[in-house]
Amino acid sequence: MPHFAIVAVSILFDGLAYAMFLFITSVGLSVTMGLMNFVNLAHGAFAMAGGYIVVTLTRSLGIDFVPSLIIAAVLVGLISIPFERSLYRRLYKATDLEQVLLTIGLAFMSIATFTYFYGPIPKSVPLPHWLEGDINLGFRAFPSYRAFLIAVGLFLIAVLWYGFERTNIGAKIRAAVDNRRMAESVGINVDLLFTITFAVGSGLAALGGGLAIQLFGLSPSFAVIYLVLFLIVVAVGGLGSLKGTLLAALVLGVFDTAGKYLLADAGGFFIYAVTVAVLLVKPAGFYGRE
Amino acid sequence: MAASETKSSERIAARERAAEYLVSRHRFQWPEALPWLLAIAAFFIFPDRMTFGGQVLIWVMFALSLDLILGYAGIVTLGHAAFFGIGAYTVGLLIARLSWSEPLSSLVAAALMAALIGFISGWFLLRYLGLTLLMLTLATAIMLQETGNLRPDISGGYDGLPGLTIAPLFGKFYYDLYGHVNYLYVLGVLAIVFYLVRRIVYSPFGQALTGIRENVRRMHAIGSPVHRRLVTVYTIAAAIAGVAGALFTQTNAYVTLTVFDFDNSAKVMVMLILGGTGRLYGAFVGAVVYMVLEDYFSKLSPTFWQFGIGLLLVLAVLFARRGLLGLVEDAGRTFSKREKS
Repeated sequence: MPHFAIVAVSILFDGLAYAMFLFITSVGLSVTMGLMNFVNLAHGAFAMAGGYIVVTLTRSLGIDFVPSLIIAAVLVGLISIPFERSLYRRLYKATDLEQVLLTIGLAFMSIATFTYFYGPIPKSVPLPHWLEGDINLGFRAFPSYRAFLIAVGLFLIAVLWYGFERTNIGAKIRAAVDNRRMAESVGINVDLLFTITFAVGSGLAALGGGLAIQLFGLSPSFAVIYLVLFLIVVAVGGLGSLKGTLLAALVLGVFDTAGKYLLADAGGFFIYAVTVAVLLVKPAGFYGRE
Repeated sequence: MAASETKSSERIAARERAAEYLVSRHRFQWPEALPWLLAIAAFFIFPDRMTFGGQVLIWVMFALSLDLILGYAGIVTLGHAAFFGIGAYTVGLLIARLSWSEPLSSLVAAALMAALIGFISGWFLLRYLGLTLLMLTLATAIMLQETGNLRPDISGGYDGLPGLTIAPLFGKFYYDLYGHVNYLYVLGVLAIVFYLVRRIVYSPFGQALTGIRENVRRMHAIGSPVHRRLVTVYTIAAAIAGVAGALFTQTNAYVTLTVFDFDNSAKVMVMLILGGTGRLYGAFVGAVVYMVLEDYFSKLSPTFWQFGIGLLLVLAVLFARRGLLGLVEDAGRTFSKREKS
């Protein structure tokens, strides 16, 4: 196979794996922001919390990696409910600025808490043997872990698509994103709906955080460093749109990987250039409502 | 007839009262001398902490520039560090690459450069609102940082530009180890900048900005050129942030790409909110309180400090939305009410 084709396939593969991570972590943020117009800068903190729970479960309690991921997602989802009920709820009608300040305050507090308990040094997780090593496809070997990440991503896309498009609760969420007041006046309990989506979104973020450990390592600054990426995915995709978030994650994931492969020096430049280009043309993102 | 006459005379009186109110706001009031007297007093009381004092004043200036756009015009940005960084690097590059180390002309160059970037980015970005604007301002700052990283041969990359030598002020005053000259230099520049900002805020232009913040639709409806006003104030604020950044490089004699960090944009916003937005002196109170607390607590434990500042933010949003100065005002109002009753 010619050289450029191998490079292209590598970029697509790694970009896809990266995109799946971005999608899993950002989709909850997108839906909650679409529902309540709430700028949640603490979303990255939930992802980080998920990552640390996975570290504790696998390292200290000896539970396998995959069950740990699921436990972490459920735990963080449950933990996020009291936060939403007590703190977030008070600021739904407040300005962007106040929401930004409250949630960035929460993010700082969580970073400090996790630094206190786990220290600032990046953590890793022990993987089961079937996730280590490569899958050889003849012309190139692909790391099994990234293949696993893509598989998880595709599975979740299917589940979320079904939940969003084919179930009663999905229809209610779509209705509430479209027009909250109308949805409320036909008897949909938007508050409850929001609590549920917030918990599911935070749980997915935790899952993403757990999956990211192997790719980027996990340190407390994860909550802020990757938060910017999640926000960008949400803004580029359009608030509250599953399709948009997926498309944005794919575009940004592949572009960023391509940039790092082809122009290592340019580093993080590409993802931001693409973001600015998209937002200048479509301020509400790919599938957002203008 | 008589009724309409009294009505029109009432109207004239009301108009005069409104004009009188606007002029009286503009007038210098004695309490306003307090922060400046304190700044000069600090010079004599803490002669060995003047390096720190200079840094505090630089952050006051940075917060003041943010107050212009956030507090008065209501533009929420997560990338204000972009302009601070532009100013800092303009001075740094002038010294390191062109051997231009005269401080005052470098300040002007930094202000112009930051204003140019502010004008260009503001022209494009200020059409957008909410999350889109937040993301675009954030991305602008990070893209500038990455641009610096692209050409490490010019910018020094992530190591930055260390060991810069600045020419003596007015060709006469050399910078001492204790930062005394620096402190007075920064204080002088801050006083000039503050005078300008105060003039802007109380001018009809400043009034129009407040109008845009409070009700942008109405401003459109009465024919105010909203976009042009916003771009103008954004450019001015960028220039001031650039001067603050330039002073940062000059007083520290080094600069690294971390000046563009999101942390800096967040820090300056936290300071301003802490002090109180849209009230000029909020920048002073916020920056001083923040810097002193940070200096004290981060020596004890940086983790503890980070937790503390997070908690402070949460509490400020929940209980003191108008900042420390807002709290002081509320307290004053409660007291005066009690005295009356």
